[in-house]
Amino acid sequence: MPVKRVNKTPMPERDAELRSHDFGEVNEGYGIAHAQFEAERCLRCQDPVCIDGCPVRVPIPDFVHKIASGDMRAAAEILRASNPLPAVCGRVCPQEVQCEEQCSVGIRFKPVAIGYLERFVADWEMEQPEGEQPAQPTRPEKVAIIGSGPAGLVCAGELARLGHPVTIYEALHAPGGVLRYGIPEFRLPKDVLDWEIEQLKRLGVEIVCNVIIGKTLTIDDLFGKMGFSAVFVGTGAGLPQFMGIPGENYNGVYSANEFLTRVNLMNANDFPNADTPVMVGRRVAVIGAGNTAMDTVRTALRVGAEQGLIVYRRSDQEMTARVEEHQHAIEEGVEFHWLTNPVEVLGDDEGWVTGLKCVKMELGEPDASGRARPIPIEGSEFVIPVDNVVLSIGNRPNPLLLQTTEGLDSNKWGCLVVEEGSAETSLSHVYAGGDAVTGAATVILAAGAGKNAAQTIHADIC
Amino acid sequence: MAKILEIRPLTPVTKLYRVEAPLVAAAAKPGQFVIVRAREGGERIPLTIADYDRDAGTLTIVIQEVGATTRFIGSLAVGDEILDLVGPLGMAVEPPESGHVVGIGGGFGAAALLCMMREFTALGLETTSIVGARNKELLILTDELAAACNNVELCTDDGSAGHKGFVTERLAQLIDGDPPGKPDIVIAIGPMAMMRAVASTTEGTGIPTLVSMDPLMVDGTGMCGGCRVTVDNEVKFACVDGPLFDAHLVDFNEAMRRNKMYFRQEQRSTEREACLRRAAGQD
Repeated sequence: MPVKRVNKTPMPERDAELRSHDFGEVNEGYGIAHAQFEAERCLRCQDPVCIDGCPVRVPIPDFVHKIASGDMRAAAEILRASNPLPAVCGRVCPQEVQCEEQCSVGIRFKPVAIGYLERFVADWEMEQPEGEQPAQPTRPEKVAIIGSGPAGLVCAGELARLGHPVTIYEALHAPGGVLRYGIPEFRLPKDVLDWEIEQLKRLGVEIVCNVIIGKTLTIDDLFGKMGFSAVFVGTGAGLPQFMGIPGENYNGVYSANEFLTRVNLMNANDFPNADTPVMVGRRVAVIGAGNTAMDTVRTALRVGAEQGLIVYRRSDQEMTARVEEHQHAIEEGVEFHWLTNPVEVLGDDEGWVTGLKCVKMELGEPDASGRARPIPIEGSEFVIPVDNVVLSIGNRPNPLLLQTTEGLDSNKWGCLVVEEGSAETSLSHVYAGGDAVTGAATVILAAGAGKNAAQTIHADIC
Repeated sequence: MAKILEIRPLTPVTKLYRVEAPLVAAAAKPGQFVIVRAREGGERIPLTIADYDRDAGTLTIVIQEVGATTRFIGSLAVGDEILDLVGPLGMAVEPPESGHVVGIGGGFGAAALLCMMREFTALGLETTSIVGARNKELLILTDELAAACNNVELCTDDGSAGHKGFVTERLAQLIDGDPPGKPDIVIAIGPMAMMRAVASTTEGTGIPTLVSMDPLMVDGTGMCGGCRVTVDNEVKFACVDGPLFDAHLVDFNEAMRRNKMYFRQEQRSTEREACLRRAAGQD
């Protein structure tokens, strides 16, 4: 029987003072006792609306019930059959606006901590001895996947499960896409990501790194000499945007992509043992207030900045970062400058950043995004002294594939155009999903798109 | 992984490597580059493609040993593998329809002229390479360039081979009508200071001039934006929009300043590499 308890079982976290100086994971994860205690709160609704809030439609009450009854193996099997990346999603999904927002317990109390439970099950599975090799794909129709980020990995897992041999092509030297170069170790440890990818390889998925489709090989090559029956494009949104303000090319100005890639992919935090450096001064200003901005400012603290600042032209009400990320950043001592818009990066004679000139903003009527439009307050310019500026104001899809693929349609933002409600692009047997289609969004939306595309591909080519 | 098939020392600090990279060789075009990561924990560095052989599936790159990564590559032997090599990246050079193409190579930049000039010559264009170095011993690939173009002009600071003086002096003489004659287009590849000097030599002559920009990069695919170069007051990413840009529109001051961003860290890395090598008894 469900147990009435008002609050979620809290997630054990490492002390903010300690953790903000290293890359160890912030959330420590539930133990078995926590997990069972929390799982008992699930009402096992007749109509489980939580599933409607999940882009990959995990049968949530089923796996939560298995946790409550202590059958972790069954919980893991239910979870993995519907989501090939449970250890990742349990850590980085914005559950508060998805499954947990729908949760019926949440109508009166705090919703069931579905995300923490998902993570618990995946972590439990990681601890178990490796089972037998799963059945390998035997169908004749091979599928190529471009990009090994969340959309590509989930699409690959689903296609492999449906019996198709799958090859993922990755441009970088290591797989994972944004999960590897973007999300920091303290939120998503690389050995967790490696383990998830290893599970896909065990399903028979092949991953080829250092191949850029559109440069090394073309989509025509994939159909022609490589003999694939379908291609899924999951190339994400990796082209960083800059503001176009004066001083943006001073030494010490980074895109969040570059800053995070240097640390996450290239291990700049371990320089000079790793060869790639990252330049961090005493005060680092990050422009933007999404999850990437929070990751960036918290990473800056961990690579030696004394003060990390968030500078955002809107207020905390409009920021796009998850509540938990914002809260963790506050705990770690990040300074927030709301309603503050940078207008110029200031530098010294040798071109090094010395400050950020900003203007104060006030909120007006809602704009196209539905959020209050920030309006500059005349004469309110002031300077924040900083040593680094990192721009985290969004990414657009990478143009490489479009540059070399005739007939692949995109919109004015460079996003691939797909049939409404489907994954079909303008080219026959070429499908797309994730940020490459939607523009920068979340891991789980990309995962959902990858899963849906896999089912469409399977239906089309079999 | 790219297996090293051949190593040819060109100068005391410069070596030519022929590596196995069939997919890259099949797709490569003149003007493009590859990104190399030589070892675990290594950095990703861009290297201009000097030459390629599609039939043999091989790629030729020339490396000057200046930093930790290039010195590490310098310690590899035939049969060793370069951990990661990806490409071809960047836009290929657009061959002019007709006329006299003058390629200018400074230092190890001369290597990048090799496949470019060979293709232009094969298209029936008149081709000249002007290659320069401090002295005769530091001039590289002159025989190969002689086979790839109609004319090769050598320049050395000390006069030990060819014209005594800078490549830009010889270029100015050609512009004034010295044989082999006035260029219709100039393409310069080499140190930033040389490329800037070439840009000012052709400034106002009406001769279209391209330079191959070589900024710091991480991914090489448009993802990091570290390679941004200001061209005609617009920010471009050298990795996807370049690496070749109109020499008269590039902001060289900014580009040179940005390339020195990690000067101190690079020194530290280089010293560390030297220490490790001494400890391993390789030096």
